[in-house]
Amino acid sequence: MQQEDNVAFSPTDKISKDLTIPKLFYSQAKKYGKERVAMREKEYGIWRPITWNDYFENVKYIALGLISLGLEEGDKVAMIGDNRPEGLWAEMGALCARGVGVWLFQDSLLDEVKYILDHSDTKFLVGEGQEEVDKALSIFHECPKLKKIIWDDPKGMRNYDQDCLISLKEVMRLGRELEKEKPNLFEELVNKGHGDEVALLFYTSGTTALPKGALLSHYNMLTMGKNLMTVDPCKDTDDYVSYLPFAWIGEQMMSISCGLQIGYTLNFPESTETSQENIREIGPHVMFAPPRMYEQMTRTVQVKYLDSVWIKRKSYEIASYIGYHVANLKFAKKHIPFYWRILEWFAYLLVQKKLKDNLGLTRVRNAYTGGAAMGPDHFRFFHSLGVNLKQIYGQTEVAGISVVHRNGDIKFDTVGRPIPETEVKITEEGEILTKSPSVFIGYYKNPEATEKTLKDGWLYSGDKGFIDEDGHLVVFDRTKDVMTLRDGKPFAPQYLETRLKFSPYVKDSWVIGDNKDYITAVICIDYSVVGNWADTKKLTYTSYPELAQKQEVYDLVEEQIIKANKDLPELAKVIKFINLYKELDADDDELTRTRKLRRAFVEKRYQEIVSALYSDTDVVHIDTTIKYEDGRQVHIKNDLQIRKVRN
Amino acid sequence: MSVSKDIKPGEVLLELENIQMFFGKVCALNGVSTKIKKGEIHSVIGPNGAGKTVMMNCISGLYHPQKGNIYYKGEKINGMSPHNRAKLGIARTFQKVEVFGGMTVLDNIRLGRHIHYKSGIISGSLYLGQTAKEEIEHRKFIEEEIIDLLEIEHIRHKPVGMLPYGLQKRVELGRAIALEPELLLLDEPLAGLNLEEVEDMARFILDVNQEERWKVTCLLVEHDMGVVMDLSDNVFVLNFGNMIVDGTPEEVQGNPEVVKAYLGEEDLYATRR
Repeated sequence: MQQEDNVAFSPTDKISKDLTIPKLFYSQAKKYGKERVAMREKEYGIWRPITWNDYFENVKYIALGLISLGLEEGDKVAMIGDNRPEGLWAEMGALCARGVGVWLFQDSLLDEVKYILDHSDTKFLVGEGQEEVDKALSIFHECPKLKKIIWDDPKGMRNYDQDCLISLKEVMRLGRELEKEKPNLFEELVNKGHGDEVALLFYTSGTTALPKGALLSHYNMLTMGKNLMTVDPCKDTDDYVSYLPFAWIGEQMMSISCGLQIGYTLNFPESTETSQENIREIGPHVMFAPPRMYEQMTRTVQVKYLDSVWIKRKSYEIASYIGYHVANLKFAKKHIPFYWRILEWFAYLLVQKKLKDNLGLTRVRNAYTGGAAMGPDHFRFFHSLGVNLKQIYGQTEVAGISVVHRNGDIKFDTVGRPIPETEVKITEEGEILTKSPSVFIGYYKNPEATEKTLKDGWLYSGDKGFIDEDGHLVVFDRTKDVMTLRDGKPFAPQYLETRLKFSPYVKDSWVIGDNKDYITAVICIDYSVVGNWADTKKLTYTSYPELAQKQEVYDLVEEQIIKANKDLPELAKVIKFINLYKELDADDDELTRTRKLRRAFVEKRYQEIVSALYSDTDVVHIDTTIKYEDGRQVHIKNDLQIRKVRN
Repeated sequence: MSVSKDIKPGEVLLELENIQMFFGKVCALNGVSTKIKKGEIHSVIGPNGAGKTVMMNCISGLYHPQKGNIYYKGEKINGMSPHNRAKLGIARTFQKVEVFGGMTVLDNIRLGRHIHYKSGIISGSLYLGQTAKEEIEHRKFIEEEIIDLLEIEHIRHKPVGMLPYGLQKRVELGRAIALEPELLLLDEPLAGLNLEEVEDMARFILDVNQEERWKVTCLLVEHDMGVVMDLSDNVFVLNFGNMIVDGTPEEVQGNPEVVKAYLGEEDLYATRR
């Protein structure tokens, strides 16, 4: 199906093949100059503005500094660290110097850092501070192509004097010197670029194998941003909070592809811990986050609700009853009677206004979720608050997204319709294919994978789905994850998992049952929420494994499962479950860095549990060693109960 | 306060001379002498009840020893009260955190800057001209130098009593360095912390000691031998109020008496690393 929308947005009329990110950056910086704030960072307790002119100067000297250190066309510059202006300057600097940007997740372990630096042939690494420098130094000798490690936060760096280290300040000083020699070099570099050149090398999280590096051109990135902004136009007076990892394509899309074209202000939180608070201070107009962020918000509201006094609970119940009713009418595209409008206004004044303010959602025009499946319950929850939450579907390989909900045409079980210039079709096997100007160039140093994914300009996503009667795309699940029930029908485990996660007590869930007689679930309880609940019930416990195995906690989880089982066909109901003795963790390879379950891996790792769930036993004995984040290892010997769900 | 002369790194900042402290007939410190040089981290170790905290209290002025002298920058400060010693630049933290639980993190730290405030009661309560300016200066110092250093941005407006123990310890350190001390007495700053918090705290102590901005001399009482031997320039060993040895970590580790009194007990020497 071909999508044609009325194109309302045209800050840069048409993305020509000649346009590059640096060229756009150059013209935007010249246009906005000293008058406009390009970004803000909260530092020392105060939001500090950075104008387009400051942004431009910093990028320019970083670019020239990199050239003076020996960056050549096509050389890779990797970045690691929290979201901060310097990170974005370094990326933009690398692009302006005709290099290629590579982002690493801030919490990547040494092996991952080493693999990506080595595979991408990175020449310069820009780290934030001591932590990143330590990581980089410990693998420096194993990555022969890595020339320099650049750092910008001087804290704790006083005793480092290795030759391979250089501060960002020093890089910029080198840039200034080079400018004196060749005053027009920066402009020349910017003008040289072409849209088809590689801009970013982005590593996909890889639920099955090693990460693959997707090559994205300037043209890919820019058309992506343009097409999304055509659907949901933003203004240059809007605010956006950049707090999700830059190594995630969604954040690149919002900060670079869209941000640069629109010119909205990027806001960087003070620290990772303060991001929720900082979002509230800014009150962004547009938001894009993976479902886990929205799940976290939902959980916060649910927990606060449980903790509050009678009158507040009642007010909330009344307001959410009204909210849900109105949201359901909107979903059904039915007329909303005037008395419901009045009630909606009443609910807004009574509860929702305050609640939205606390979540930082007061000014949000469009909130997007994507990157993983979101449960219908979460989705309805936000619409009941009056938040215009939309699903989007995309992947790194299309430089962000390809499908999105339109205003007034939102269905919570779909991901919407394709954005302009984008075609989506379904193969006979049910695989989702995408064709658009944003489809990537190929995988770096991996022609076999490229061949499998890119055929005749169509991107083979590896996701199963279908297009419904309204032209909406429904994403079922990853093809390899789709389960077959006893009666031969296909079933998406993700669907059930997201339903289970709507309970505030369930942090993660993993549903098993492919070609099995019945469906089972492994549950990871939310330690703090269940912990608080246990406190009010006067249950004593010393650790996560102990709490998870309490009879009362099993009863609690069983109730949550019964709720999630409701309205499901008999065969798709969870019959047995087990509470795991730990939370699933990306550091243990159980999740990807974007927190997707690595099914094949956990199935192998927890074999004993899986086989116990499908045998007659009601206890499984675990004897294993787990590694904490701080490096300690603990030997765990535990009996895990298996509970049959009352249905 | 007559003591205000500048001491160069390596010169003696604080000297204890033959300190004797009795509680009734119990001798807590028996002729303890040591010299703490500017710029170093000097640790005090010893089994429980050895008199380490008593020694700290004698220096900070909480106790007044019956015999012996304490010199700070060469001047005798024996009879001086704790708040006057604070004005000289001696700050401390406590073994069990002694923060103001009902006050916010910011207010706790602000309290540590009390001695630097110049405005009086009246102008303070009216918050006029100079006072407002002064307040902003102090707030700036706290934000840029302390909150940033100790990485406590996310809790600056939280009441300290609601925070986990590890963070309370951090706030207490923040309050102590808000005084901009020259000598910092740290009484078991790592006790009760988990491994990650220990590493953080050790890093903060090193920062305060080594960072050009601070250069604070530290007297550290600690049981975690791994950290003590790693951080200290000199180690002082006490046993039942008696000084056993005062020397570099290597000298202390090799001293047979120390091994017998303290390190010999392998369990105690077990580091947490």
